[in-house]
Amino acid sequence: MSETLLEVRDLKKYFPIRKGLLRRVAGQVRAVDGVSFMVRKGETLALVGESGCGKTTVSRCILRALSTTEGEINFTIGGKTVDLAKMTRAQLRPLRRHMQMVFQDPYSSLNPRMVVGDIIGEPLLINGMSNRAERRRRVLELMELVQLPAAYINRFPHAFSGGQRQRIGIARALALNPELIVADEPVSALDVSVQAQILNLLLDLQDRLRLTILFVAHDLSVVKHVADRVAVMYVGRMVEVAETEALYSRPLHPYTEALLSAAPAPVPDAISNRIILEREIADPANPPPGCAFHPRCRYATERCKQERPEMAEVEPGRYVACLRWDELSLRGIAAMT
Amino acid sequence: MVEPILSVRGLHTSFSAQEGTVRAVDGVSFDVFEGRTLGVVGESGCGKSVTARSILGIVERPGRVTGGEILLRRAGGGAPVDLLKLSPDDMRKVRGREIGLVFQEPMASFSQYYTIGNQIGEGIRLHLGLNAKAARERAIELLDMVGVPQPSRRVDEYPFQLSGGLRQRVMIAMALSCDPRVLIADEPTTALDVTTQAQILDLLRDLQQKHGLAIILITHDMGVIAEMAHDVAVMYLGRAVETGPVRDIFGEPRHPYTRALLRSIPTVLAKPRSRLPTIEGSIPHPFNRPVGCAYHPRCVEIVDDQCRTEEPPEAGPSTHRIRCFLHGGRAATGAAQ
Repeated sequence: MSETLLEVRDLKKYFPIRKGLLRRVAGQVRAVDGVSFMVRKGETLALVGESGCGKTTVSRCILRALSTTEGEINFTIGGKTVDLAKMTRAQLRPLRRHMQMVFQDPYSSLNPRMVVGDIIGEPLLINGMSNRAERRRRVLELMELVQLPAAYINRFPHAFSGGQRQRIGIARALALNPELIVADEPVSALDVSVQAQILNLLLDLQDRLRLTILFVAHDLSVVKHVADRVAVMYVGRMVEVAETEALYSRPLHPYTEALLSAAPAPVPDAISNRIILEREIADPANPPPGCAFHPRCRYATERCKQERPEMAEVEPGRYVACLRWDELSLRGIAAMT
Repeated sequence: MVEPILSVRGLHTSFSAQEGTVRAVDGVSFDVFEGRTLGVVGESGCGKSVTARSILGIVERPGRVTGGEILLRRAGGGAPVDLLKLSPDDMRKVRGREIGLVFQEPMASFSQYYTIGNQIGEGIRLHLGLNAKAARERAIELLDMVGVPQPSRRVDEYPFQLSGGLRQRVMIAMALSCDPRVLIADEPTTALDVTTQAQILDLLRDLQQKHGLAIILITHDMGVIAEMAHDVAVMYLGRAVETGPVRDIFGEPRHPYTRALLRSIPTVLAKPRSRLPTIEGSIPHPFNRPVGCAYHPRCVEIVDDQCRTEEPPEAGPSTHRIRCFLHGGRAATGAAQ
């Protein structure tokens, strides 16, 4: 078994709701409400869920782009484990190079006034590579790594297509040889024909550089192609964590089952027995009591309305937070075709 | 033989700018039938949305429909009329009355200053001549029909008080307010979460069955097409490269672009971490439209120089049309010369 690079323990992030002239705190949005998981070195863990489930907030807490309300974020680097949640800005600074981010929108995440070489070289410059020739050499190396022609080094981002821009963003994230890449919806703004190129690139780079990737996404089809393991979130809580194949073929949480069933497959006539969830995603400012999913769950009982399920390891490597997981036999993707 | 409600013949729409003219829609033809859905699918810049806007006569400047026919069989029988020949006043009687429209972004398409009841009622009062009270009652009826809970309360709410899924339901209610026979839905679920998307697609199918609507569904998502469409038009750079029944398009795709596109789609049915076949390169900028077949620089099945110099004409059986020299195009040009 591979070693753990990142361990998130009971992470909470509440945002205050302020009201009135005095901006008094009138309530809390529980964007992340007690989430635990770990990422092994060299794997891709996908964090999936629908909008408002807290997946992006989790990733931003890990990068300390947001401070945390409660919980631990243990990051192991060079044999030492540190809790990122408790560090000061000054303590974080030398660690930041080990965690890099790939953004969703390649149109807004690249400075339009910088040429490609400067965009990719900026992290190098900031981290002390002041020799111009050395920097240029590294930038060219990175461009080759992401399959961008070296001739483009002096071009501005506007001259590139979405897919090429995302390659620039990936090269910039790789510049400092990070241990962890957090990729937040890296392909959802791209056209399908380009999406496949970027997904393949990520798979390649991971094999070559032994990268660890936290892949934040809403699209279960995309996730199937990149993830080793999948963690599913719903309204600020983790509902299920499992190996990719196990999660897709035999989900243990009713929400995972519904998500899989809702994913449109490019096969005509595949939808005869689709599960259509009723109602809407719960409001994280005012989550329902008990299991947050119970108002939409077709298996919910009285108990689900009162008791909040905690996540437990129910089989080796399989975690689920559902009171009834062992009574239900849920449908995986095999049932859809 | 069933007559189509709407026939588009050789539609051309172009945008002139200082840098040159972009032929956004360049000779598109298709038919839409009662109770059936035509899926128009393609990547960005293929002209699918401009096609929809051309049908409704709402192409924005500097865009202009420059050729073709849009034949609508109006309610009450009679010969089909060419929408491109109608006066602006007459066109206004078609738009919203005989052809309804659902946009992608429900938030951007509503006024924030009027209640949803007011906005639904506007079209009803204009087209059907009902008074304010009757229009309100009809609005409540419509909200109920599209599954908005507590319609008599919701009718007095403003768009910002609704979730994305509800807003899209309201938009559908508005589009159907005057019992149109044709509904154009432009990426109706792209901004929604998967479980909400499943709800909206289910609603559209249900409404189609009840009212015999002819639907033109515009999307980039092959999964949505597989699920919803009876017939499919695959577009690339302003042209429909392949048109046919959904089972043929997915079962026996003939155009190299359709084939490549279908192979490159991520799916939940794939093996975990499996590499996707890709389409080389990216979609050309509309100002640099390739000569000959617009797809030839990315095509792996390219025949010979003909692909680089001549535009392939439409060929194939009447139910399955293909624009590619691989499929009888050569013979067709030979006969014409």
